[in-house]
Amino acid sequence: MDDTSPRGGEPLLVAEKLTKHFPVRGGFPIKRTVGAVQAVDGIDLTVRAGESFGLVGESGCGKSTTGRLLTRLLEPSAGRILYRGEDITRASRKELAPVRSEIQMIFQDPYASLNPRHTVGKIISGPMEIHGVTPPGGREGRVRELLETVGLNPEHYNRFPHEFSGGQRQRIGVARALALEPKVVVADEPVSALDVSIQAQVVNLLQRLQRELGIAFLFIAHDLAVVRHVSHRVAVMYLGRIVEVGTRDDIYGRPRHPYTHALLSAVPVLGDWASPRERIRLTGDVPSPIAPPSGCRFRTRCWKARDRCAAEAPPLVRAPDSAEGHLSACHFPEPPTTAAAPAAR
Amino acid sequence: MNAFLSVRDLSVRFSTEDGTVRAVDGLSFTLERGRTLGIVGESGSGKSVTNLAVLGLHDPRTTEIRGEILLDGQEMTGAPESVLEKLRGNKAAMIFQDSLTALSPYYTVGRQIAEPYRKHTGASRREARLRAVEMLRRVGIPQPELRVDDYPHQFSGGMRQRAMIAMALVCDPELLIADEPTTALDVTVQAQILDLLGELQQETGAAIILITHDLGVVAGTVDDLLVMYAGRAVEQGPVREVLRAPRHPYTWGLLGSMPRLAASVDEPLTPIPGTPPSLLAPPPGCPFHPRCGYVSEVGGDRCRTERPGLPPGRGAACHLSEERQRSVFAEQIRPRLG
Amino acid sequence: MLRFLARRTLGALVIIVLISAITFALFFALPSQPALMSCGKNCTPDALALINKNLGLDQPVPVQYWHYMAGIFTGRDFTVGHCPAPCFGYSFSNQQPVWGTIVDRFPTTLSITVGGAVVFLVVGVGIGMIAAAFRGTWIDKFFSSLSLVGNSLQIYFVGVIALAVLVSGLHWMDNPAYYPITENPVKWFTGMLIPWLVLSIIFIANYSRMTRSQMIEQLGEDHVRTARAKGLGRRTVFFRYAWRGALAPIVTIFGIDLGSLFGGAIITEFTFSLHGLGRLAVSSVSETDLPTLMAVMLVGCTAIVVANIVVDAAYAVIDPRVRLA
Repeated sequence: MDDTSPRGGEPLLVAEKLTKHFPVRGGFPIKRTVGAVQAVDGIDLTVRAGESFGLVGESGCGKSTTGRLLTRLLEPSAGRILYRGEDITRASRKELAPVRSEIQMIFQDPYASLNPRHTVGKIISGPMEIHGVTPPGGREGRVRELLETVGLNPEHYNRFPHEFSGGQRQRIGVARALALEPKVVVADEPVSALDVSIQAQVVNLLQRLQRELGIAFLFIAHDLAVVRHVSHRVAVMYLGRIVEVGTRDDIYGRPRHPYTHALLSAVPVLGDWASPRERIRLTGDVPSPIAPPSGCRFRTRCWKARDRCAAEAPPLVRAPDSAEGHLSACHFPEPPTTAAAPAAR
Repeated sequence: MNAFLSVRDLSVRFSTEDGTVRAVDGLSFTLERGRTLGIVGESGSGKSVTNLAVLGLHDPRTTEIRGEILLDGQEMTGAPESVLEKLRGNKAAMIFQDSLTALSPYYTVGRQIAEPYRKHTGASRREARLRAVEMLRRVGIPQPELRVDDYPHQFSGGMRQRAMIAMALVCDPELLIADEPTTALDVTVQAQILDLLGELQQETGAAIILITHDLGVVAGTVDDLLVMYAGRAVEQGPVREVLRAPRHPYTWGLLGSMPRLAASVDEPLTPIPGTPPSLLAPPPGCPFHPRCGYVSEVGGDRCRTERPGLPPGRGAACHLSEERQRSVFAEQIRPRLG
Repeated sequence: MLRFLARRTLGALVIIVLISAITFALFFALPSQPALMSCGKNCTPDALALINKNLGLDQPVPVQYWHYMAGIFTGRDFTVGHCPAPCFGYSFSNQQPVWGTIVDRFPTTLSITVGGAVVFLVVGVGIGMIAAAFRGTWIDKFFSSLSLVGNSLQIYFVGVIALAVLVSGLHWMDNPAYYPITENPVKWFTGMLIPWLVLSIIFIANYSRMTRSQMIEQLGEDHVRTARAKGLGRRTVFFRYAWRGALAPIVTIFGIDLGSLFGGAIITEFTFSLHGLGRLAVSSVSETDLPTLMAVMLVGCTAIVVANIVVDAAYAVIDPRVRLA
């Protein structure tokens, strides 16, 4: 996907100050809410029509929760979700039905996300049944068409999931997501359970579909290289907040947030010995989202942290010398160099 | 002179209800003290099975092991359990992938570290506990005197993996087998753990086998590389040579499948078509031939009928001539990798 | 840990109070006129009124309940005399204080259940571990078929056969009878032996199968493989790692089985004509002796609830993830 593809599309799926706190219960003698896991804490993001938007971060950063909030699988604690400008944050099941058919999800585990007792035909036509859609040519015809689209044999219509390999199952999941011709697909770690050679097959498939069908993708993953490969724009999350967002080249070529630098620096790279990079090694682990650090949440692992970082949470803004739309949340942004990250050519 | 660890013509077969699984088939490699060998392969390639065989950890009732595994002159295959028990955790230790399931939830971290130390050195409970604290400190756990009494679930993922390394190193093993030690971890923590393994090797001079599916992980960490596919070694050599100028079509496929930070984003990935073969009935000849694009170049039916040998040292188990292997990589593969 | 137990105990108290209220409501507040039952065949309205007054049945039900519950702790004065704490009222059938009968019968039931539980836990878990250690061999298959047979047996069936063969036929064992353990521990043991064996047979079958499958599952766990990779011996790995892991689910199932254990004890008492709480409950039902029935219910429920707390505590001891959560 090159940079000229539809970057300026209309905002399709928008999160405004989106927040999800899971209550923590405890206490004596009667259990009550004593705290909250701040899984997602006031994030703003915009997925535009036809673009592929990557959401990266380490485990527990809230990226999967964000995906589930945007598809309304989870109820947000605060904030708004807009789909094509319409507020769907509190939409009822009924009001949501037409929107649901346009926002689909692909899950990580190709083994757990398909009902083992249903045939592939039934699995893929499921969304059509639920929404009462009968495409011209009938549901079965549409399923066969979808199987072909995702690179499976249409004759396998009556087979069961266990007869397929992991990569093929993920293709079935993709076909199911495409059944209703969605406008947005939220893909939560769609390739991380797959072996490298199979992973590439699915990545290529998703890329081809995105290009050919013009679907917007929210691609959630922990693998920075995969996200770079498939995304036009990328957001980096840390402990429930977005720390940096921008085009792929902004994030991978001119990152400003120290965390983005550290992440990129930690990715093992083939040929490391040839051009030794500046190595940033974060110490310790990600703090608990129940009691996140005050101010900037990254400060406890940041080598640049000063008093101000503890006192004041940095807003997500355009840093000096950053391109338009390249926002970072740091009081002391790094210079826009590519020292830590290998050049994106 | 014999190598510190020498595996010769190893084959491991499991009998299952569906038939015999040929998990490892005719594998040979050697490893010297102070060196690190990376074994790379996808799931089912036999990389973990091989290393469980080195420690004799397979269930003899369902596993048939043939070939030779010499660890410092001691034959491991068919050795009595009493001999193996004295070596395990002592001369040769292992680190597993998922530290949450690989540590027992019922005992404190300290006790699990101290256990092999007491067993192998005969140390007292007190000495072993001090040793556990010292080991936790060495692997970088803050406040080891306190954390030694914690249970694994009270540790974070990265700390648990450190504790597992402490447990493996408590008896100063000469061979350390790390089976996907960082796969369950986040990148920033993965980097910490890989650095730690490197530092500890500098200190102890142990030989390390690093098993992984991630070519990126081996790139900066190992000396030699062994690429496995369907239970066989398909390519081996010093890691830089293998990664700079790989010779086997499967290795090319792996590299082409990996999205890389340094690669051009305009090039689509070039995945390997098809899926790995069933080990119940592996294809005859070269196991990779059903997915290989160079079968027609070899001529005749060689790829389908004749099993290619792996040259010792540096080389690939492929019927393409060495010259052709070089030129195909230089002309067709290298440009695509960007 | 203490907090955990304290919370469980508080919860248990609430449950016991609830059970007592429901039982009380069922027995005393039904329109069936408890006094009629005590009055007998030639009952005059005057006699009925007197009984009602004597038993305090002329007062509203909540007040009656309050008096009843207070009586358990402080004793209670009836017109016929003082009933010392713990007072559960007087039996309709023999006019004796109910508590005295309970105290008399409870040790029998307690002996049967606790002894039976010990037998089936030791034997059942033991067989399961042996079967797991030798899985796939003839030993394993032998125990598997045995547990299949054991599982299809019934207490009253096995009980009669045991009496016929072991006592009357071979004279290997004594006739089942209850002797207080404080007076003659040997006689207590020999008298209880057959009830224990008979009660535990079905449980042994279940627990051996469950233990076997749990052990086999645990032996395949990653942490067991790690223990072997550390060089620990087979025996250490088997007992220290695999068994420890299998223990938690066994204890959980035991907690669930407590109810059926008491049920089994009642059938056992019947089969061997032992005078325990179970027999008392059944006879009080047939004689519509409500105070006795109420007392048996309360004591039985309390016993089960207390046993459940003990099981929870054991679970916390076994699994640090529960204890330190």
